[in-house]
Amino acid sequence: MARTLINVPKTAEAGAVVTIKTLISHPMETGFRPGADGRIMARDIITDFTCLYDGETVFRAELFPATAANPYLTFTLRATRTGTLSFVWRGDNGFAQTETATLTVT
Amino acid sequence: MRRAASLALGLALAGAGNATGISAAEIPPTEIPPAARRSGFDTMSPAIQAMQRDETANPGLLWVQEGEDLWAKAPAADRPACAGCHGAADASMRGVAARYPAYDVESGGAIDLQGRINACRRRHQGAPPFPYESGELLGLSAYVAAQSRGLPIVPPDDPHLAPAREAGRALFTRRMGQLGFSCAACHDDHPGRRLGAAPIPQGHPTGYPLYRLEWQGVGSVQRRLRNCMTGMRAEPFAYGAPEFVALERYLMDRASPLPIETPAVRP
Repeated sequence: MARTLINVPKTAEAGAVVTIKTLISHPMETGFRPGADGRIMARDIITDFTCLYDGETVFRAELFPATAANPYLTFTLRATRTGTLSFVWRGDNGFAQTETATLTVT
Repeated sequence: MRRAASLALGLALAGAGNATGISAAEIPPTEIPPAARRSGFDTMSPAIQAMQRDETANPGLLWVQEGEDLWAKAPAADRPACAGCHGAADASMRGVAARYPAYDVESGGAIDLQGRINACRRRHQGAPPFPYESGELLGLSAYVAAQSRGLPIVPPDDPHLAPAREAGRALFTRRMGQLGFSCAACHDDHPGRRLGAAPIPQGHPTGYPLYRLEWQGVGSVQRRLRNCMTGMRAEPFAYGAPEFVALERYLMDRASPLPIETPAVRP
């Protein structure tokens, strides 16, 4: 399991725009670099990130080999209802991780 | 050979903006007075400063999380975890990084934070030491050092540390490598100027272990010193060498009273 840091405001007013910040630990190995033995190291990157708000996709990003290690993604969304935010990272070698957070609308 | 080396140095210093015409060997080491000491944080771009400050954007905190888990985890069923003896780190480890490297009675010399963690594992936990630059050792050191975040560096007033201080100072001012640089030739004499495109900081180890964007990860001060030595075309000391611990002791004296920034972010 990769370590993550997720920042979601605990509460938001209905209709307010909130900022979500996510950070995940991942080497993001490009597939272009030679290792200590001179051989090219296999690509190992996160390829897709999705944020779901009660199951509905509200933000999605495709990641490529040029993305730095430990990708940090921040985005905004409009808080319309109290619900669960799911963050899903998928990548090479079957990498898949899901984290959840609750956004309470007052 | 000696002439070739000093010629190369002269050229390198000219590149760094030295136009005084004094040969490098004559430049005396000048220490930076405490009031004029500045962290490398101040010369970073505002974006990277914000990254370090933001508790959710600073990737060094991923390592701190790892250290927090290790702090509470026993290495074996019948052995204590760090927390088993030391309790909560936010109380017991507060201020520790601000006074390390310290004197170690058992080995009779100076010991740095990483060395102390590994010594503790060996003596009290009956566990093998973590390899240098491993995620575990960096994580635990970052977690322990982060407890001192914001506290000023206070050099311990311990006469046992005098040999390490002197050795560190000698290493800092000693010319080494094919270019004949010393640490002092850049960090005491030319801070604030540039070496090629890179700003020369005063060289204070306030934020280690820190996240370096160039490394795409967290590294120790020894990794940074090895980088510098390679750049000077000197043969770096091995990880954990007493020379590095002595240098760390001197550097921490030299950085006092700047605050600890662990986990810092640097470009």
